[in-house]
This record gives sequence, structure tokens and C-alpha cells, in this order.
Amino acid sequence: MRDTLSIEVKVNGIDRSIEVPVHHTLLDVLREEVGLTGTKECCVVGECGACTVIVDGRPINSCLMLAVEVDGAEVTTVEGLAAEDGRLNPLQEAFLDKGAPQCGFCIPGQLMSAQALLDKKPNPTVDDVHEGLAGNLCRCAGYQQITAAVLAAAEVERQ
Amino acid sequence: MKTFEYTRPRTVAEAVRLLNEHGPDAQLLAGGTDLVIELRNGWKEPEVVIDLKRIDELRPSITEDGGFIKISASTVMTDIAEDQRIQKYFPALVESAVVVGSVQIRARATLAGNICNGSPAADTAPPMLVYDAVVAIAGPNGMRRMQVDDFIVGPGKVALERGELVTAIELPIPQRPMGAAYTRLTRRRGTDLASITLCCGVDADGITRLAYGSVGPRAVLLVEMSGVLADPNASHETKADILNEMFLGASPSLRSMRASPDYRRAMLRVLGARALQTAIERLPRETAA
Ligand SMILES: Cc1cc2nc3c(=O)[nH]c(=O)nc-3n(C[C@H](O)[C@H](O)[C@H](O)COP(=O)(O)OP(=O)(O)OC[C@H]3O[C@@H](n4cnc5c(N)ncnc54)[C@H](O)[C@@H]3O)c2cc1C
Repeated sequence: MRDTLSIEVKVNGIDRSIEVPVHHTLLDVLREEVGLTGTKECCVVGECGACTVIVDGRPINSCLMLAVEVDGAEVTTVEGLAAEDGRLNPLQEAFLDKGAPQCGFCIPGQLMSAQALLDKKPNPTVDDVHEGLAGNLCRCAGYQQITAAVLAAAEVERQ
Repeated sequence: MKTFEYTRPRTVAEAVRLLNEHGPDAQLLAGGTDLVIELRNGWKEPEVVIDLKRIDELRPSITEDGGFIKISASTVMTDIAEDQRIQKYFPALVESAVVVGSVQIRARATLAGNICNGSPAADTAPPMLVYDAVVAIAGPNGMRRMQVDDFIVGPGKVALERGELVTAIELPIPQRPMGAAYTRLTRRRGTDLASITLCCGVDADGITRLAYGSVGPRAVLLVEMSGVLADPNASHETKADILNEMFLGASPSLRSMRASPDYRRAMLRVLGARALQTAIERLPRETAA
């Protein structure tokens, strides 16, 4: 029985070949093997969205996906949003401007869901934002600021 | 999570062989939104996990063939909700697919997995019953097909034998004009399993098909042929009496934390009347020549 499998995956634009234990989730592997700790572990049952990353263009809960399942896929984590020189992207800037991060723990997940929404729908309505981010809980209840930030980022992109 | 052997067969035949060889020690993995939680919690400890997503025949696809819309086993809720043919022929299925979990869950959760998991609260079960879906099954003895009504058995149980897996869900394109609506009761807006799931469809012949779930061990289908329910001019009182009769078989759990039995019974009548009304409004009327 093989307990590990070698997978090829593009993480934030970089091709990687990683030997992963077959029973480890994508979340575990991102944090522990790849060293990208921006993706947060929280409820581990797909309810809170803190572990959200984008796989092949769609936001998913990395706690509910085995790492072996991303073999051949493209993964974007929160670390992949900023430019290479560290400049934040318009969505991240808007989160800061609007005071969206309170304690900050849920923010990587919120950002990934919001980015996936904007990639698909550059002109979202308030309802689109609420629906797009319904899978991301914020215990500080910063929802109004988060929604405002997503709408503001869409506005910036339009200009 | 306990380790296991992870396999990703390329063909249905190979998956069937693995399933047959390992029997109850094997688990099929589609989107994993149910299974991965069960693995982590140790509720299931398979020796072998068989990932269906690398099987060519099961790749995400929605095709029209011989009067059916065929949804392959690895097709996820997001794809179903966005498909124009499903929107056109099976709008109530779309209404159920878009309320499953969150965006993240819908990007992974398959329709086949929703039914195979056997939850009494599965959102897509009532529309699949109303639309008379057929489950295509591959096994050691070849393919067989079964109405979804016969496929769903009880909590966590479906009519799959050793070595069998679902390859597709096939929905017959309605031959007569039909109006249908899906609705559900949850404790809050956003991610929540439903306390009641309900779908109602009426067709141009006056036949009403009504299915509800989450109020007993499995979702149930009832068919009303008298034409009274579908009649836009029949009184609400008459319809309420018929609906009450139809809901007599509901057996809501006494211990559920989501809703009390009395509340569920009362709300079943409210949701039933509403979905029926919406279905009637959606039925395309044939204008007299
Ligand atoms: C946070 C959260 C919210 C949710 N909300 C909802 C909701 O609102 N409504 C709802 O209905 N569900 C909900 N679910 C449950 C789940 O998302 C659905 O049941 C989903 O459709 C399961 O599909 P899957 O592809 O993820 O299945 P998996 O987890 O991969 O598999 C589920 C079961 O079905 C079996 N299986 C899968 N595919 C096949 C096949 N082709 N043939 C035979 N057996 C198969 C597996 O072996 C397993 O036992 C939620 C889950 C989570 C984690």
C-alpha cells in the first residue's frame, strides 16, 4: 500500500512537485508542506470558509479536499493575490480602506471567495456579494465592511 | 484521518472491479463534501478510497440524448445551475442546486453524490422525484437503470449492490408543458440543512407531482391525478384538504435539533400550498386558438 503520492500542482503560478500523504487534506499540505500559512484552519467541516482557496478558477474549502485531488490543477491561495513585488491587489487594498479586517482570521478566506466572485462577475450587486460570500463566516461580524470592500474593489476595476 | 489506499481508476470497469473486490472496505469519492468529513471524524474507515474524477466516462458533462438530459456522475451543482437546458426543462432542480451549502460546496458537490449519500434532507431529492429521474448504475453484471424513487431507500441507504456505482442521472424531458417549483425551510438564510424540502410540479393534463423530504427517513413522492390541485380556479380550502391528506404520511423526527415535529407538520402545509401555487403560475398556458 502506498501511503504517499507524488503530485504536480501549480500553486500561485509556481509549478511544484510534492510528495503528499494520501489522507492529508489540501489545507494540511498547503500549510505544512508548502509553507503557505495564509490559508486558515478553523471548522474543518466546510461551514466557515476560512480555508477557502481557488482551484482551477473556483473557490473551494481546502479542508474538504484531499491534496491528491489537486494533482494537475492550479491552486491560488491568499499569498497569490498580491503582485510579485508585494503590492496588494485592488481587492486587498479595498479591504484595508474599508476596515474589513477586524481580528483578521477569516480574511484570507473572505478574500479568496471575493476574488473568485469578481473574476466571474466583475459588476456584482449587493445580493451577489452576499451570496458569493455566504460560505465565509466572520465572528467579528464585519460583514458590512467586507461587502463594502468587495463593491469598492469592483468599482476600482471598472475605472 | 486514518490512512487508506487511494486509487483513481481511468475507466468505469476498473472502478467496478475495485469496488467489487473490496466491498464494504471501499468508499467512492466524488466531490468529498460528505465523505471527507466522515473520514476525518472516523465514521468511515475504508481500506480503499476510489476517486471517480479521473474516469473519462464520468467527466463532468450534461448531454441531451434520446429525450433525456444526462448528467454524468462527477458533474457538480455549479455546472447544473448554470446549464441552459437544465434551466429550461428542470427549473426546480436548479432551485434546489443553488441552495446546497455555499459557493465553495457547490463547486465540489455532485448531484450523484447528493443522492448516493442518502440524506433525508438532500435538497435535490424532491425535484428528482418530481421530474422522474432515472439513475444509471454500472456493476459487475453490466449496466442497469432504476427510477430514483426506487433508488432512495432510507437514511444513508440507496439501492446499490456490491460493486455498483452510479454513472449518471438521467432526466426525461417533459413531453407535456409543466410548471414546477422547489422550496425549503431553513432556520436561517445561508448555509443550513433544510428542516423541510419540497418540490411541486403540475402538468398540462392536470397531474400534480409533489415530493417532500427531511420529514421522515426518506424523501417521498405523491401523485395527484384528479386535477383539483392543478386547477387554478379550485378554492384554496379544497386544495388545503387534499394537501393535508397527502402529508399524513410525514413522520418528522422527534429528536431533531432543527425543528419540532409539530412545527414541521404545520410548515409542510404552508410550503406545499406555496410551491403548488408557484408551479401553477409557471405552467405555460395553451392559449385557445
Ligand atoms: C458545509 C456543508 C453544507 C452542505 N449543505 C448542503 C445542503 O444545503 N443541501 C444538501 O442537500 N447537502 C448539503 N451538504 C452535503 C453535500 O454537499 C451533498 O450531499 C453533496 O451533493 C455530496 O456530493 P459529493 O460529490 O461531495 O459526494 P461525496 O462526499 O464524494 O460522496 C458522498 C457519498 O456518496 C457516495 N457516492 C458519491 N458518488 C457516487 C457514485 N457516483 N456512485 C455511488 N456512490 C457515490 C460516496 O461513496 C459517499 O458515500 C453540505 C455539506 C457541507 C460540508
